[in-house]
Amino acid sequence: MRVTLKVWRQEGPTTAGRFDTHQLDDISAEMSFLEMLDVLNERLITAGEEPVAFDSDCREGICGTCGLMINGRAHGPAKATATCQLHMRKFRDGDEIVIEPWRAAAFPVVRDLVVDRAPLDAVIEAGGYISADTGGAPDGNLIPVPKAVADAAMDAAACIGCGACVAACPNGAGQLFTSAKLQHLNLLPQGQAQRLDRTVDMVETMEAFFGSCTNYGECQEACPKEISIDFIAYMNRDYVKAKMRNRKLVGQRFP
Amino acid sequence: MALQLDAKAPTGPIQDAWDKHRFDMKLVNPNNKRKFEILVVGSGLAGAAGAASLAQLGYKVKVFTFHDSPRRAHSIAAQGGINAAKNYKNDGDSVFRLFYDTVKGGDFRAREANVYRLAQVSVEIIDQCVAQGVPFAREYGGLLDNRSFGGAQVSRTFYARGQTGQQLLLGAYQALMEQVAKGTVELFPKTEMLDVVTKDGRACGIVTRNLQTGSIEAHSGHAVLLCTGGYSNVFYLSTNAMNCNVTAAWRAHRKGAAFANPCYTQIHPTCIPASDEFQSKLTLMSESLRNDGRIWVPQNPDDTRPAHQIPEGERDYFLERRYPAFGNLVPRDIASRAAKREVDTGHGVGPLKNGVYLDFGEAIERLGADIVKDRYDNLFEMYDRITDESPYRTPMRIYPAPHYTMGGLWVDYNLMTTVPGLYALGEANFSDHGANRLGASALMQGLADGYFVIPYTVGDYLSGLLGQPAVPVNDPVFHEAQAEVTGEVNRWLSVRGTHSVDHYHRELGKLMWDYCGMARNQAGLEKALSEIPALREEFRKDVRVLGTGETINQSLEKVARVDDFFELGELMCRDALHREESCGGHFREEHQTEEGEARRDDEHFAYAAGWEWKGPGQPQDLNREPLEFEYVHLTQRSYK
Amino acid sequence: MTATQQAPDQPIRSLPAAGPAVKGLTPNIDVPAVQKRPRRPAPWPLDLYQTAVGKKWVMAVSGAGLMLFLFAHMIGNLKLFLSAAELDEYSAALRELLYPILPNTVFLWIMRAGLIAFFAIHMHAAYSLTVMNHRARPTKYSKRDYIAANWANRTMRYSGVIIFAFLLIHLANLTWGWQFLDNDQWVFGQVYNNVTTSLSQWWLAGIYIIGQLALAPHLFHGSWSLFQSLGINSPRLNPLRKGFAYAFTAIIVIPNLSFPIAVVTGAVR
Repeated sequence: MRVTLKVWRQEGPTTAGRFDTHQLDDISAEMSFLEMLDVLNERLITAGEEPVAFDSDCREGICGTCGLMINGRAHGPAKATATCQLHMRKFRDGDEIVIEPWRAAAFPVVRDLVVDRAPLDAVIEAGGYISADTGGAPDGNLIPVPKAVADAAMDAAACIGCGACVAACPNGAGQLFTSAKLQHLNLLPQGQAQRLDRTVDMVETMEAFFGSCTNYGECQEACPKEISIDFIAYMNRDYVKAKMRNRKLVGQRFP
Repeated sequence: MALQLDAKAPTGPIQDAWDKHRFDMKLVNPNNKRKFEILVVGSGLAGAAGAASLAQLGYKVKVFTFHDSPRRAHSIAAQGGINAAKNYKNDGDSVFRLFYDTVKGGDFRAREANVYRLAQVSVEIIDQCVAQGVPFAREYGGLLDNRSFGGAQVSRTFYARGQTGQQLLLGAYQALMEQVAKGTVELFPKTEMLDVVTKDGRACGIVTRNLQTGSIEAHSGHAVLLCTGGYSNVFYLSTNAMNCNVTAAWRAHRKGAAFANPCYTQIHPTCIPASDEFQSKLTLMSESLRNDGRIWVPQNPDDTRPAHQIPEGERDYFLERRYPAFGNLVPRDIASRAAKREVDTGHGVGPLKNGVYLDFGEAIERLGADIVKDRYDNLFEMYDRITDESPYRTPMRIYPAPHYTMGGLWVDYNLMTTVPGLYALGEANFSDHGANRLGASALMQGLADGYFVIPYTVGDYLSGLLGQPAVPVNDPVFHEAQAEVTGEVNRWLSVRGTHSVDHYHRELGKLMWDYCGMARNQAGLEKALSEIPALREEFRKDVRVLGTGETINQSLEKVARVDDFFELGELMCRDALHREESCGGHFREEHQTEEGEARRDDEHFAYAAGWEWKGPGQPQDLNREPLEFEYVHLTQRSYK
Repeated sequence: MTATQQAPDQPIRSLPAAGPAVKGLTPNIDVPAVQKRPRRPAPWPLDLYQTAVGKKWVMAVSGAGLMLFLFAHMIGNLKLFLSAAELDEYSAALRELLYPILPNTVFLWIMRAGLIAFFAIHMHAAYSLTVMNHRARPTKYSKRDYIAANWANRTMRYSGVIIFAFLLIHLANLTWGWQFLDNDQWVFGQVYNNVTTSLSQWWLAGIYIIGQLALAPHLFHGSWSLFQSLGINSPRLNPLRKGFAYAFTAIIVIPNLSFPIAVVTGAVR
């Protein structure tokens, strides 16, 4: 098949970018989208032009490294599919495909289609863990976890940290990522001790970098793991609760 | 001078060996721990777990990863599960049985003491992960669920849907990030290690390149931990991530660390066959699929009918036919070779006739579509997404692909390589799986090394360095190493040849797959040994790396990795050629029984081969660590 | 010696909840913080309001209060269809609420103060979140294909502005008694007369209709999204949220539209 690509090129973080147009004539429908870009790069190298920089690693849709805005959709037209798992059969012969990097203030473009997603790590660092130093853990079966709870925690924990939710959000909000990471831990019995502090720390760190949620629901549609915005509601509730509860605890300590 | 491969394994009853060893090792006073700097390269299961655990103890830790976040290491892609000898199912599992199964599954080419320790700490790993909030699958009563997994007759595999590796890695990553927040770990993302620095025979630091700015930096420490994974990408097409490479391990090898058993590569039986020549990587489908799926090919090689039209009587369930006791659950190497034999004899299915069927028709009938959906839905969806065929309706097509490498840097019982102060953890070392790894054991080994072995053994080494500051980064050894790496980068940029890096990588991969893949023979290996150096010379003269070294330059990142793959590929062939036997992942066509099964030669080859670097262009020297089997008696593996 | 050079007072990864900028992975790029002012310690309600989640919570609470007001307002207005006396009595009763416990109109003013506070805080939160969101997404995509975001929620800030403008006209027209054109028939307390005379002007009726048409999507998005912002979330409730939003919007907007239409068409004189 034949496709026309409009690809974002940008030398560095501070330089202005532009769209380059390339035409590829003999693309197989069985190829993955990134393999199609590999072919483009191979051509560019042969022609003596610098290849397009884009991130990808596992190409199985689990590491979260890849992520492109394809025709105005984060990770492209296929639902519940990361960019690396998108195949060319989802396009038609003769299509024009616009490829842009994730755009958000929190994700500055580093080069071409590569962005810096450091704030996602910052949110985890702020409290996205259960403090359980190695050694001394009780037996794994000591605390039964209801299956429904374990399943819900797993639904949240499936997040691959690709940043598509932020890219798709018209506000550049990181709520779906943060709430998924938060609720994975907040739902489990093991995570209760730090629940309130974790919620406050993660939410407030998130707000340092990302926009606010206005309940568009775009993030849920873009998410390659189909994480539900219900987790955002859980997070909102936990946050307000944490703010009230912490105040009470402080009151008890300093009468 | 030949290397001494002294395993330093404790003597005495194996059940008490690790406890005794832990007691015998020297400790570092808590106040002194913060005086020691430890460099951890790689942030997968072994790296993240090790770095977090060491930081919790009070050491100053630096973690380096070439990813933008430690959470993206390739451990994340492991699907199936993690073994532990918990015996929660009351089905006769025990530490000894897990030990026994692992040694036997590894075709008697692993060190018994290491494997026993692995089985012992497997129990603690599960507890640790649960405490961290890893959402393992649960039963309705709220207790942990288990399943049986490739080659095991007990249910000892813990899992989190089809994303066990992801969940375990996130657990370790979160523990790591907690330490980053506390300031005990300093994180260096997008930073690739390009050399190990030694002084007076000890590892004292590393040289790195920042992949976003190109700056080449030196970092010094009292110990260096390489947790950098395996080298399956030498085959170009493998299930490893695009950026997986051998560079860190290989640079350590060039600085004196012995490289052990490079020819032990695992070919995973259940991957999706390649669809065309532009394929960039192969996708693995979890081995758990073999629990319910049945593998078959049409009896008639010229059968062109779609799968569902081929009647039961004209199908050949070749694994069930040849291995009635284990059937579709035979170990990976056996399943892989059986599939290769079917494809080689023309029985392959699919448009390129390069796969075999994995059929769930019978399972759906027996269990109902709902149960099958519950167990495998995410895998089925993944298959559907890639191939556009639904496994609920048509059988999957699978074919073996390079997946895991049992070989790696030689380490002793303390996980130290032959360079003092330089350690290798996880897939980067060679130690625990022998010639073949059992399913769900890689995650176990990575976490065992990181959480429960290295925190003790590194202390034993560091206690001897008390009072010695780390070698400063302005020492001449660092300057030299930095200059060498800078020179290498500039050399690649100045070649300006005609073909891309990927072009040469593909060529190398094809050579390796054809001659050093699932089955090897003398003629092929010798051919490869003559062709690889020639191709490497062409590559060095003709590769085209455009752009500069001061910004993201993905060709430049790849070119050094591929160069190391060339040298490794040669060593793999040499190792495969010298090992005149078939064992586990290493199958020599000259050494097979009449039924086509592997024939081991314990009399001559019951050793680990540790290859010693002798300089560029020189063949490595072979050193042997003899393997003794006191507890698991040498038997021919039989899964009939 | 370290790859990510940073000023010591700006640690890259352990950061306060807001600050000027935070270092990213790359030494030469900053990841700008979207909240420009650092947060200050404050008593609980203000502390909560300093955060975006808190602002959304406040918007939801104030929005819910305004929805109650709209409902009561609409019920009261239905008296237009009964008779002039009924409507005028109703408006007089509003002024006399809780009389004689409180002097006349005091309770009405308390309610008005509450309403004004709700409006003010709703608009302030919307404004400051909009500013924050623009900072968080400074660059637009050259091509964008929305999947879930619909016309209603993407135009909230515009419909909000239109509603506010309409509100001012509405108050000027019927509460403050501004004389629009040659309308000198406004009389304090004669609500029926005031409504029918002013709304019989087609252009003023048109403004009322436009105001209600802007209210509809605003109300629709607001009345399901408030559950999300307050974190009222349960598997049993969630499927009903959209239905509630449609129903509530219809219950408010259809009667409200009927008033100007009825007057301008002469069905009510």
